[in-house]
Amino acid sequence: MDNIILLILGMAGVTYIPRLLPFFLIGSNKLPERVDAFLKCIPIAALGALIVPGVFNAVPGEPVAVVCGMGFALVIGLWRGGIIIPVIGSVATTYIILLLI
Amino acid sequence: MSNDIKDALKGGFPIFIGYVPPAIAFGILSKSCDITLLESFLFSAVVFAGASQFIALNLLMTGMGPGGIILTTFLVNFRHFLMSAYLSTRIGKIAKRYVFLMAFGVTDEVFSVLSFSKKELTKTFVFILQLSAYSGWVIGTLTGYIMGGFLPDILTKSMGIALYSLLLAILLPELRTSAKAVCLVIASGILNTILVKINILPNGWNIIVCILTIAFVGSFFISRDPEETIQGEKIHG
Repeated sequence: MDNIILLILGMAGVTYIPRLLPFFLIGSNKLPERVDAFLKCIPIAALGALIVPGVFNAVPGEPVAVVCGMGFALVIGLWRGGIIIPVIGSVATTYIILLLI
Repeated sequence: MSNDIKDALKGGFPIFIGYVPPAIAFGILSKSCDITLLESFLFSAVVFAGASQFIALNLLMTGMGPGGIILTTFLVNFRHFLMSAYLSTRIGKIAKRYVFLMAFGVTDEVFSVLSFSKKELTKTFVFILQLSAYSGWVIGTLTGYIMGGFLPDILTKSMGIALYSLLLAILLPELRTSAKAVCLVIASGILNTILVKINILPNGWNIIVCILTIAFVGSFFISRDPEETIQGEKIHG
């Protein structure tokens, strides 16, 4: 086996184990209220950080296109909800803006 | 089609769209780093972790040995530990044996769609969602390696917005109904921006510190009033 394959296996292991372990550490045990509340806040805490500041560089060097694309997703998402239309629409909006500028 | 399948495809399709362009870029980059097609495929098919694969290629080019690259990968991907910790509280009825496969597919975007889904997480829903994400990543990698950048440049650039508009679209229903959620999301974005600017933590740890801090603060808000939760779901007990 060459080095790259070993590297891939090593990377796979250290990626997979942290993804797997919590399911066994936490499992179906009843958690203290405090811990439960903490875990319930993880999604909202993660989403903010997953979006900002990365979004500003979503289309490198094109902040106007980012603002318009995300603006479209925001407006449609607030107005109609859903996922597919805001996402496809944001890509289309960004595409049009990039064609125009 | 059952609702589970339909809902999974609704969430999975945008992830697919969002994963293909960076996966194509990974395929192209790995070819230019003298990685074989099989190895490039295995990176995406076996590791299945976006940013860390690019970082690994960069480090390979700088001549770093496998030990250093594996350690970096561990640090970069450790945030998924927190995401799985949350998901473990939501998969009550899914049999343990499926968890081994499910854990493999816990990416940022899959986690995001799952965690903001109000319905019960069934294995059909989870696996179809993960398969959409996985197929986008693997197919994109192979296509990029074999065909190069065949998509028009402007289209590829535009598709860079997809993962962010996906996350925003997932969040909006929550933000509409909860002022606390709005505050926590903004605080999380600001804290992460500050941490990224200060740039003292190892790669991938800004977001971990951010999640720990904001979730800790948030837990005070919701524990005071057990009827009201950030997730829109009742706290048990």
